Amino acid sequence: MNLLWLQSGGCGGCTLSWLGGEHGPLFRVLADEGIELLWHPSLSEAGVDEARALIERCADGRTAVDVLCIEGSLLRGPRGTGGFHRFGGGAQPMIDWVRRIAARAGHVVAVGSCSSWGGITAAGMNPTDACGLQYDGEASGGLLGPDFRDPAGLPVINVAGCPPHPDWITETLAALAHGSLQAEHLDDYGRPRFFADQLVHHGCPRNEYYEFKASAAKHSDQGCLMEQLGCKGTQAHADCNQRLWNGEGSCLRGGYACIRCTDPGFEEPGHPFTTTPKVAGIPIGLPADMPKAWFIALAALSKSATPARVRENAHSDHLLRAPSVKRTKR
Amino acid sequence: MSTRRVVGPFNRVEGDLEITLDIADGKVTAAYVNSPLYRGFEQILQGKLPADALVLVPRICGICSVAQSAASALALADALGVEPPQNGRLAANLTLATENLADHLTHFYLFFMPDFARAEYAGRPWHAATVERFRATVGSAPNQVLPARARFMQMMGLLAGKWPHTLAVQPGGSTRPLASSEIFRLHRTLREFREFLETVTFGAKLDEVAAIDSRASLEAWRGRAGGGDLRAFLAIAGDLDLWHLGRGTDRFMSYGCYQETERRLFPAGLWQGAAAPLDIAAIEEDITHAWYAAAGLPQHPATGSTLPVAEKDGAYSWCKAPRLAGQVVETGALARQVVAGHPLARDMVDGYGASVAARVVARLLELALVLPAMERWLAELVPGEPWCITAPIADETSGVGLIEAARGSLGHWITVRRGRIHNYQIIAPTTWNFSPRDTSGQPGALEQALAGLPASATEPLPPAIHHVVRSFDPCMVCTVH
Repeated sequence: MNLLWLQSGGCGGCTLSWLGGEHGPLFRVLADEGIELLWHPSLSEAGVDEARALIERCADGRTAVDVLCIEGSLLRGPRGTGGFHRFGGGAQPMIDWVRRIAARAGHVVAVGSCSSWGGITAAGMNPTDACGLQYDGEASGGLLGPDFRDPAGLPVINVAGCPPHPDWITETLAALAHGSLQAEHLDDYGRPRFFADQLVHHGCPRNEYYEFKASAAKHSDQGCLMEQLGCKGTQAHADCNQRLWNGEGSCLRGGYACIRCTDPGFEEPGHPFTTTPKVAGIPIGLPADMPKAWFIALAALSKSATPARVRENAHSDHLLRAPSVKRTKR
Repeated sequence: MSTRRVVGPFNRVEGDLEITLDIADGKVTAAYVNSPLYRGFEQILQGKLPADALVLVPRICGICSVAQSAASALALADALGVEPPQNGRLAANLTLATENLADHLTHFYLFFMPDFARAEYAGRPWHAATVERFRATVGSAPNQVLPARARFMQMMGLLAGKWPHTLAVQPGGSTRPLASSEIFRLHRTLREFREFLETVTFGAKLDEVAAIDSRASLEAWRGRAGGGDLRAFLAIAGDLDLWHLGRGTDRFMSYGCYQETERRLFPAGLWQGAAAPLDIAAIEEDITHAWYAAAGLPQHPATGSTLPVAEKDGAYSWCKAPRLAGQVVETGALARQVVAGHPLARDMVDGYGASVAARVVARLLELALVLPAMERWLAELVPGEPWCITAPIADETSGVGLIEAARGSLGHWITVRRGRIHNYQIIAPTTWNFSPRDTSGQPGALEQALAGLPASATEPLPPAIHHVVRSFDPCMVCTVH
């Protein structure tokens, strides 16, 4: 299976995240899974004329593209011309190249939240009219339209995340190479379910603080980040606290909120990113599938049951009280 | 007769790059550098809450993500009037240094060296070994370096949660307090990376590399046994005379970085054959040849604007042209070390001036200089002492954040009005190096470095042009943002 990777309105961070994969050298992993890198803007030898010739062959069908990976949002502006990103070396806007190659590719993969939904580039006034390949925020559509399907019947596969975990990208590509990725393996937003069916909350090391609603009040506190500091881990679809980042990391382990970066529209949450919005003291964003009345009742109950150890440690940047040691035999 | 040739996409530059060359008599007579991608971060930031900048600005760039965070945190700290506690300051140094060193490694092994494996060099005595070692994606070097780099980036898992795009870097310090066992794990990661550099990259102890004080002693060092990829590069650099290729302006700027108790590890300054004071107030962005609308005059970034226009006579890039007191400056690892007074860096630019070889050697030299500093900072962390302080931001305030990313000087200028971001302007390292012409027609640093190089209107682009372009370690997504 060959793979063509193009970048547009993004930061290149998906590629950099990908290079940090921890299961051996990425290039050998790809080869071992049967994936041949046709061209990647940051990694391939071929540049300028050679690269343009290759892209032209891909666009007119002389070179068959099995998988087209797009990193970065698609810039439709100004006024629908796509002029905010012309692919270097020619007059055509990048969106034209993407449309042409996507129409012929075996599969189309959006790598990262920009090419999935628009992402950060679509924030604020969205000056470049940025969108994703098949979504414009939460709305189906995007550059390729809601009805786009690849020859196998799959929609655009959205390996969302800002950035995505390196394994999400490699695992998705390997599944395509093995022919094992089917429509039922994608969730409602076209995200591979192997990571999107999990919540960031799963495996969060602050779980005991969450249970007792022992909340961090400021940066560097050890308590739960949901009540005050904007954390959306209980609603965000990703396995970040089970499949860790850069060794033993995740946003929550780094001491800051999950901003739900795998979801469309995360770039405009409607409140300060690291402050939890509330109505009458109750966070607006409740844990996924949790009835509000139960949440309120349980939160009140667990707060009143919070052990002093948990309450004190929650407001500290280091352990003040260790769990007590029980002796069962004397 | 002059022929115009448009070349692109330049790859392995982090982002998209196109260069227009005027060619006459087998030489480049003029180069016009175009950053063909505009995203509009400065417009996106307008009206946002100041703290939200910390979510948005790292996403300007996936390779200088922490540098963007650090510049923003410094600008906000300036606006807030806070200073992080010692642990927070050390954690910020460690996080930025991890990114900067990883970027140097990525540039050398993945972006720069593969060009010497090109078929055009078949027949050079070093070519076969270079193909085996450095060829893009299949060489032994990229496949050896990626796991070592990933292991080193585990620093980020503990210091910053993840990389790229962290929120751990805050104006008041770090959100990530570290316990002693975590500090020990970071220590082991640094020691492993040191061993990798000493065995694979240098074939020498870091102290030995850091102590090289002249071109002559660099050559003498190369002649000694030890192997390593730096020696391989020096052999190529000698054969192709990369010491006399790619001269820019020879005016070097550094904002300085890595705050220590009394001083910065690398100081701020300007070097133009001699040290000169760096006057930040003298920075202006010229948009004569960039697709932006403005009142016409160059603007200081504190009061600058970013208003894209689709059509504009004489414009050929989305990149603005920053100038220091009206002059073009070069920024990057070489500039940083020249300004800091490292004897090898000063000696390397003393004769010919900045060159492809000098830029690459300076980057590797920094690996040898910064890793020992990281080991020191790590040892100075005190678990149990504070990591972060918080303070409310005033409704009307402003701030400046100046930092050194791997590829050079990065500045953020923020103005807050009625509690919201009124203006946020960013000048990235490659904005300096790859700027278009200004109102007086003065070409940017790369444009100057390309002029005079051999080129043909029809033949494939000579590798020398690739070397010069990539010697700056450009980051095009930062350039325009």
